[in-house]
Amino acid sequence: MNLDAIREKLGYQPVLLGTVALLVSGALAVAASSTHDAIAAAEAADLRNSLSEVLPKGFADNDLVKDVVTLQYKDKPLTIYRARLGSELKGVVFQVSERGYSGEIAVLMAVDVSGKMLGARVLKHTETPGLGDKIEIAKDKWILSFDGKSLGEPPADKWAVKKDGGVFDQFAGATITPRAVVKAVKGGMVFFSEHKTDILGG
Amino acid sequence: MADSNTPSVGNVMKEGLWGQNVVFAQLLAMCPTMAVTTSGTNGLGMGLATTAVLIVSNILVSMIRHTVSSQVRIPVFVVVIAGLVTVVDMALNAWMHDLYKVLGLFIALIVVNCAILGRAEAFAVKNGVLISAVDGLAMGLGFTGALTVIGLIREFFGSGTLFSNASNLLGPGFAFLEMKLPGYGGALLMILPPGGFAILGFLLAGKRAMEARQARHAGKPAPAHAEPAHC
Repeated sequence: MNLDAIREKLGYQPVLLGTVALLVSGALAVAASSTHDAIAAAEAADLRNSLSEVLPKGFADNDLVKDVVTLQYKDKPLTIYRARLGSELKGVVFQVSERGYSGEIAVLMAVDVSGKMLGARVLKHTETPGLGDKIEIAKDKWILSFDGKSLGEPPADKWAVKKDGGVFDQFAGATITPRAVVKAVKGGMVFFSEHKTDILGG
Repeated sequence: MADSNTPSVGNVMKEGLWGQNVVFAQLLAMCPTMAVTTSGTNGLGMGLATTAVLIVSNILVSMIRHTVSSQVRIPVFVVVIAGLVTVVDMALNAWMHDLYKVLGLFIALIVVNCAILGRAEAFAVKNGVLISAVDGLAMGLGFTGALTVIGLIREFFGSGTLFSNASNLLGPGFAFLEMKLPGYGGALLMILPPGGFAILGFLLAGKRAMEARQARHAGKPAPAHAEPAHC
């Protein structure tokens, strides 16, 4: 039978749709399974890179990815990476997130044992390119303004963007994004001070 | 769906780059156009990623054009294109992770770019595989050019820079492209969506005026207005 005649039959269309859906799903499954390990490895490498980036050079000499403690934060398990120099615990690194202008902003922050910020970096976000993406270190130095801050310095009510009476700059045209980052980091600082013994001892 | 006469490569290239330019003539793909053209670099990155997807999707659609019946072609193309974009997204993430970190934001946006489906419908389904690939390339490059131009203009007036962060996308060798106007704070309006629409409007008006003048010189009536598309 010739193809044109088959193609016009009613039964041909659901079969065709089903076949295409199956083939594409199959292709996606193959792609997902063959890229899974590589993506996981790439993300782990990213994590190691970012972990070492929020800590000052020579701050720790252990493999942070292997020295972890898990606590509940906002009803979700939170992995806390601990930085040691020799065997002495020097500080911790963990990830916080907050809803920004268009989706979650994931921030990695490092705090030393006394509760002072060592640094913060945005890991993942979907903010507007050209406006909100200044929270990335690659685009702007803004994220460095957290370095050296602690819960008393500035005082708690100054942990906000300047528009809200705080000490952190906002960007022209994007207030929601930096506000979310500040809120996320502040939440992390409060969490650290409240659970200090669990985090450092556990 | 018999193949019509195959258009010439030169003609396809000309139409894609200028005559039927995705942005300036067909007014397609307005969502990604407004969303990513806040800087020249973003426009360029989005354009290149779209070009790659457009070429492959045109090839795929052209390959299956005899099998697909016309009643269900749209859902079939949508599934094929969405699957393709997802595979590209995962492959880039896995094996070109550094590039993915720059382009990753744009890849998912390509699915909602109706220029891809538009070319499948308007060209690939009626033409052979090779010429469809050429059409994908031409349309993609036309799109890239349009996004880059709009991005550069918005970036220049909006932030006073040109191609900022281009070295993130293209590699450190392209740092020379990056320019900055010293002491210019930028006009925020240009970065926000209204600036995008305004710039696009001026560019469209410019293109129309140019075409009308060419037509007058040639003694022909001005070309018909482009039909605005639906997305």
